[in-house]
This record gives sequence, structure tokens and C-alpha cells, in this order.
Amino acid sequence: MRGRRTPARVIVISAFILKRLALSLVTLVLLSAIVFCVGQVLPGSVGRLLLGPFADHEAVEALNASLGLDRPLLVQYADWIWGFLRGDMGRSYMYEAPVQPFIVEALGNSLKLAAVAFVIVVPTAILGGVVAALNHNKPIDRIISIGGLTMTVLPEFVTGIILILVFGVWLKWLPISAAWPDGAGGFTQIHYLILPAMPLILVLFGYIARMARSGMIEALESDWTRTAVLKGLRWRTVIWRHVLRNALLPTITVIATQTGYLIGGLVVVETLFRYQGIGLLVFTAAKGKDIPMLLAGILVIGIVYTLATLIADLLCAVFDPRIRLGGRQ
Amino acid sequence: MTAAEVKTGIDRPVARPRHDRVRLVLRTLSRSGVFLSGFAIILFWVCCALFGNYLVPYDPLASDIINALVPPSSAHWFGTDQLGRDVFSRVIVGSRDILVVAPAATLLATVIGSALGLCTGYFRGFVDDVVSRLMEAVMAIPGVILALLAIVSLGTSKVAVIVVIGLSFAPNIARTVRSAVMQERELDYVAAAHLRRESAVHVMFVEILPNVIPPILVESTVRLGYAIFAVATLSFIGFGIQPPSPDWGLSISTNYGMINGGFWWTVLFDALAIASVVIAVNLVADGVQGAFNER
Repeated sequence: MRGRRTPARVIVISAFILKRLALSLVTLVLLSAIVFCVGQVLPGSVGRLLLGPFADHEAVEALNASLGLDRPLLVQYADWIWGFLRGDMGRSYMYEAPVQPFIVEALGNSLKLAAVAFVIVVPTAILGGVVAALNHNKPIDRIISIGGLTMTVLPEFVTGIILILVFGVWLKWLPISAAWPDGAGGFTQIHYLILPAMPLILVLFGYIARMARSGMIEALESDWTRTAVLKGLRWRTVIWRHVLRNALLPTITVIATQTGYLIGGLVVVETLFRYQGIGLLVFTAAKGKDIPMLLAGILVIGIVYTLATLIADLLCAVFDPRIRLGGRQ
Repeated sequence: MTAAEVKTGIDRPVARPRHDRVRLVLRTLSRSGVFLSGFAIILFWVCCALFGNYLVPYDPLASDIINALVPPSSAHWFGTDQLGRDVFSRVIVGSRDILVVAPAATLLATVIGSALGLCTGYFRGFVDDVVSRLMEAVMAIPGVILALLAIVSLGTSKVAVIVVIGLSFAPNIARTVRSAVMQERELDYVAAAHLRRESAVHVMFVEILPNVIPPILVESTVRLGYAIFAVATLSFIGFGIQPPSPDWGLSISTNYGMINGGFWWTVLFDALAIASVVIAVNLVADGVQGAFNER
């Protein structure tokens, strides 16, 4: 981990970062193009959709023109992207208001829910994986591994329903809806968010614990660990200094890539618990064919996901000497 | 003489005839408790899907308002829902749609993904770069969101669900096939085919494809688990299987609003049914993976 910062190494690192940034940018452009194209193939004209089947043809055409829908596709796309970059995400058909405030508020709510889920799942899953690895092939390892994987494969609404029944309806420990009373403090909000976060936590636990476990096992069986043990270091020191540091590297990547899953899971969980987050927003927009809202929501989700992957890669580069020194990539 | 016998790859010094390998895999599977227990659960649900209509005590679609929301009893083992329909009959017959839609979607994903994976892995270079970037962009959109977007534009129907899930899972299969093909194409039998001046299509589909069947099979069984997950989820949010089907996800979505009233039987059994199928498919996938790795 230690070493001198020579100019050559700085160049290697910056080249890596620039390359990753460029790659993310390409992904985002492609993503926005896909989202835009899908928005185009939606059936029927928007003017007809808004004015209903009995409006006369001229009115529909006029509305389409005023919405700018009669222009060439490339112009519309450029206009959409340019607006997006300036923070103008278009006007919602459903609410007849700018999309942006809705997106910002929903994203904030979703981040709250995601934060609660992450704060609970990351330490417990890493702990679970480490405990499983230290008890490799013993009953406790099997319970954590098989239990974790089983929870991972179950759809969120299935675990959600069972959790609601057990903790909300039968035991009455937790509120079954995420809608906290107005003006509730931070702790009350967290109290309301625990049950909605649980299905996400259960899915994520298996993934993260599995990565932490396999990373740990690999590190425990490695030569450097044997050397450290033979050197006469205390077991505790070996684990903390040598094993954990190397074992948790892949786990960081998994945590970041799971953000994408998390957002998909949010659609379901937010619908189930009636929580006004970005998932429910996109879902409602899809149901109501509110195209600007839908497209903006999906693009924002794509951006969040791309950023998370980027951060994961950069973190890995910072921690992993093989990448930092230009061995890989 | 099959391609497998000609192959002289260093990583596989012993080339067995293909029917021998198949027998070996089947024997391993038949001894795997994990695989067999998963297989038994799936078999049970397939029987329910096929013959459920003749086995159930009530018509799963017949409502009986007077007996609505009756708790489980000897007359109605799993109780009745808000329209008085027998939950037990609905759960048994409810396996039908998901067991058609999810495998069909997986099959579509496997066919498209294998073709894409063969092309990108075989040609590499420009084709690979373009297709891989596109697939990365598709994979950058969370699956549920992608499905929402597509189904809004295609409309809700079983075919739309199959197409959407099939297309969104294809990149994952393509990625697996691509890396397998990249290893295969370095082997001598591919070079031999090139020397015989076989066409690219022939080399890809006749020479390489049979040798990358194992990774394709493993990846498809894993994807089948995800497909069931996806179909159930889409049905739950109202974009999948449509009423009046007794589908599990759909039943949960129509009944969970009353959960606070204590009508647990209207959702619990459907939830457990979905859980059993998803877990069973994953057990089978585990077994298949183990059997191929052992070889």
C-alpha cells in the first residue's frame, strides 16, 4: 500500500481515471439514446393522448407542435439532452408542471430508504461473510451461506409480504406503511423505513456476504497469510492487518454494482409500502403514460447507477495496487 | 468423428465422446440431493399447471360473494379472497401462466444471447466493441425499469413480457457465451476448420456451438430463476400477467391492500408458492452447475 508518488505513477492513475470517465460517458450517451428511442415508439400521438379521442385533428396537431413533437427526432433528442444538462427535465403531462422538483424530491426519499438499507446491510453482511469464512464448512458457514442465498433469490414483494405479516400485522412491532406522520423527526422516519428496507437488505445480504466470504477464504489460504502466521504474528493481527484488508476489496465493487439492483428493487418496495420515491414515481409515470416524467426518471436512475459503478472502479483503483500501478486495464 | 474428439486443447487432455459426457452429467445429477429436491418441487408445480383444473375442489375463477374472505377452514383449506374465490384452488392453478412465460422468456434470451455471444466472441474487434458497449448500456438500466419502459410501449400481454424479459436477459447470456467462445476459438479444431476453409457461420454454429453448450445450459438455468423472479415482480406491479388469471404475483397485488385487516390467507400462500418455485429453480441451477464443473 505504501510507496513513493513518482510522476510516472500519477500519470498511470490519471490515465486510468480518464479512461473510466470516458467509458462512463459513452455508456450514458448510449443509455440516453436508448431511453429516448423507447420513448418514441410509444403508441399514439401525445396530443391525442392528452386531449382524448374526441378532440379535433387541428387541436391535436397544434398541441403536438407546441410540445415540439413535430420536429426531427435528432433535434428533439438534442433538445432533450441540452435541457437535461441545464436542469430542465421537461413538463409532466400528468401534473402539468415541471418534472424536475418531483424527481429531486423522489430521489431524496429513495436515497433515504437506500441509506437505511445500506447502513444496516453492509456491516452485517460483511460480518456474516467473515464469520462464515472463519468457520469454513462448519454448520454456521452453511447456515449463513445457504440462508443468504435463499433470501437473495426471493422477489422483494414476496419477502416484503411475509415481513409485513409477521412484524406489522401479527407482532405489531413496526408500521406497515412507509408514510410517516408530517413533521416526524429523524428517528421516527427511520422507524418507518426499517420494514420497507428489510426486503432490500435480505436480497443484498446474500450477495455481499458471499463476496466477503469468498474473498476471506482466498486471503486465508494465501501465501502471505501463511507467511504472516509463520512469522509469529498474533492471529488477531494477521486477520486485521493482512486478511481483511485484501479480502474486502472485491466486496466494495459488489456493493457499488448492487446500486443498480437496489433501484430496481425500489420500484417494487416503494409500490408495496406506498413510499414516494423515485421507483414509485417512475412506476406511476409508466402507468399514466407520463412520458417526460418516465424518461427523466429513468435517465436519472441511469446516471446514479453509472456514477456508483464509476466510484466503485475508482475506489478499487485506489485500494488495489495492481490497478493503481497499471498492471491491469 | 465429432469435433470433441479432434480437439487437442491442453486444458482438456481427455476428450470423451459426447454421449458419454451427457451420461456422466446425468448420473451426477441423479445422485445430487440438491438437484433432485429442486426438480421434485418443479415437477409438482408443472403437474399442478397441467392437471390442476381437474384436481382442485373449486373453480379458481368462480366468485361466491356470500363466502368472501372466509378464513381457512375444512371447506376452504386456504380460505377465500374478497370475491369469495377459493384460495387453495387459485394457488394450485396459479402456477400455469408463470411456468409458461418464464421458461419461454429464458428460451428467447438463450437463443439471442448465444447468437450474440458467438458473434462477439468469434469476430472480436469492431463487432465485439460495438455490441458489447450496447449491451453494457442495456445492462446499466435496472431490469425492472427496462421492463417498465418496454412494456409501456409494447402494451401488457404475455408475449410482451416474454419479449421484454428475453431481450433484457440476453446480454447476460451473451457475456457468458462470449468468454467461453473466446477460449474455444484458440483451440486446434477451430484452426483445422479454418484450414478447411469453412465459413464463419459454419465454424461458429457447427464447430464451436456444441462445445459451449455446458456454459449455456448452466447460465440458462440460472436465468430461469431470475425470469421467474421478474415475471412474478412484473405481475405484482401490474405489468405482467393480467386478470382474471389466478397468477400468484397478480393475486398478491390485488389482495395486499387488505393486509392490515388481518386477511393474511389471501396473500401468504401465493407468496409461499412463488418462494418455493424460485428456490426450487435455484436448487436445480446449483445442481446443474455442480454436475458440469465435476466433469
